[in-house]
Amino acid sequence: MNVMAPLALIGRSVLTLLASVGRISLYMLDAFSHMLRPPFYPREFLNALLNIGWLSLPVVGLTAIFTGGALALQIYSGGARFNAEAVVPQIVAIGMVRELGPVLVGLMIAARVTSSIAAEIATMKVTEQIDALVTLSTHPMKYLTAPRLLAALITVPALVAVGDVIGIAGGYTVATQNLGFNPVVYLKNTVDFLEPLDIISSLVKGAAFGGIAALMGCYYGMNSGRGAQGVGRATKSSVEAAAVLILAANFVLTGVFFSV
Amino acid sequence: MIRLENVHKAFGSNRVLRDMTLEIPQGSSMVIIGGSGTGKSVALKCVLGLIQPDSGKIFVDGTETGTGDRDAFLARFGMLFQGGALFDSLPVWQNVAFRLLRGSLKRPADEAREIAMEKLRRVGLKPQVADLFPAELSGGMQKRVGLARAIAAEPEIIFFDEPTAGLDPIMAGVINELIREIVVEMGATAMTITHDMSSVRAIADNVAMLHGGVIQWTGPVAEMDASSDPYLDQFIQGRAEGPIEAVR
Repeated sequence: MNVMAPLALIGRSVLTLLASVGRISLYMLDAFSHMLRPPFYPREFLNALLNIGWLSLPVVGLTAIFTGGALALQIYSGGARFNAEAVVPQIVAIGMVRELGPVLVGLMIAARVTSSIAAEIATMKVTEQIDALVTLSTHPMKYLTAPRLLAALITVPALVAVGDVIGIAGGYTVATQNLGFNPVVYLKNTVDFLEPLDIISSLVKGAAFGGIAALMGCYYGMNSGRGAQGVGRATKSSVEAAAVLILAANFVLTGVFFSV
Repeated sequence: MIRLENVHKAFGSNRVLRDMTLEIPQGSSMVIIGGSGTGKSVALKCVLGLIQPDSGKIFVDGTETGTGDRDAFLARFGMLFQGGALFDSLPVWQNVAFRLLRGSLKRPADEAREIAMEKLRRVGLKPQVADLFPAELSGGMQKRVGLARAIAAEPEIIFFDEPTAGLDPIMAGVINELIREIVVEMGATAMTITHDMSSVRAIADNVAMLHGGVIQWTGPVAEMDASSDPYLDQFIQGRAEGPIEAVR
């Protein structure tokens, strides 16, 4: 066996990864430039707002309320080990707003929206609808990518804000109904403890994660292979890439906002 | 007039077009025939700029493609795609009027709908079809809608990619007749790619056979049957034996 083979394999993988990063970066720049230049397609934008924002509310709400409730239970039982049960409102608030709200909403959006965008655009590519758009003098980046990207940049922070509130409400419900917390004191502790930077970081993360989710869906859809297998592969890759990039971006943004 | 000069296109090691040269006179109907995978669709997409040739030049009315205003260039073309390529998310009339609802040819919605309805009538579809979605239509109806979309903006040049693929012989005959009638009445230049010989005889003024990445034979459709070219002869007779290798 050639002893260089494993090294060659690693080298090829790194080169492939770097090429993908380059292609995605160029695609992102192209998408933002098309988002800012006319013609604009308001109907496509409104459809994207509806699909990405409004129709994601149920899944975001359910994710947030269960997470907030579970978080309250965990903090209460974990805090009891060192007599710190009283910090439930503060930790639920900071945990939801700074971390779990944006990340979980981002991941749910990656699962729901990125997959949907990738499958739709990949199917359009496989069935020559993208070529048809071009022959009808319509730029696919402007018609397909730009409206979805803009809609995600606007709606995902709003979804994160809603998720934060619902998550805190989940923690509040569990704490006041099951754990014996005083409702007024719980709310006062939550509000007093949160700082503007917590909320700003949450919304900025939401915008970043929304952008990642929409871009990955569009990129992998546009670059889909042929046939049903190509559509399936594009959808799977888009969700994987979006989820990993969201978690990586979360780490970077947390460092930017809260590094000591 | 459309002219392809020494066009080459390869995908990796697969050299699809190898020095293809072809001329399509203005107002004529050229049908390109050839086996599957011989590069017919690639040639057509090269003209539209959907695929960039590796080398060679393509001219439309003397102007090299890829130069000048791309929107104005594309506004001269209509295209019927093999599978229809109708937009699933839009009702039929908006598919037909797509170009008229946006961009440089934009019209008021009422006017665009009226034009769409007229084009749908022209291709033999009833007005009730206008508000259906493509998924609700049969294959033949989707072809007709695709044809209506291709002619909605009265293009000077119309491309037809396998217009009868997937249709039964009767519906294929209807689509062939429609294409011929529309091309004649619009005076458009037409380029059709197909391997359906009934389409060739119904649609073509001129025929070109693409094989091995080059134009193997070209001439008027009336001379096709009398040609002594062995490749063309094997193709139009549908024989397994001959210079074109048939994998069994």
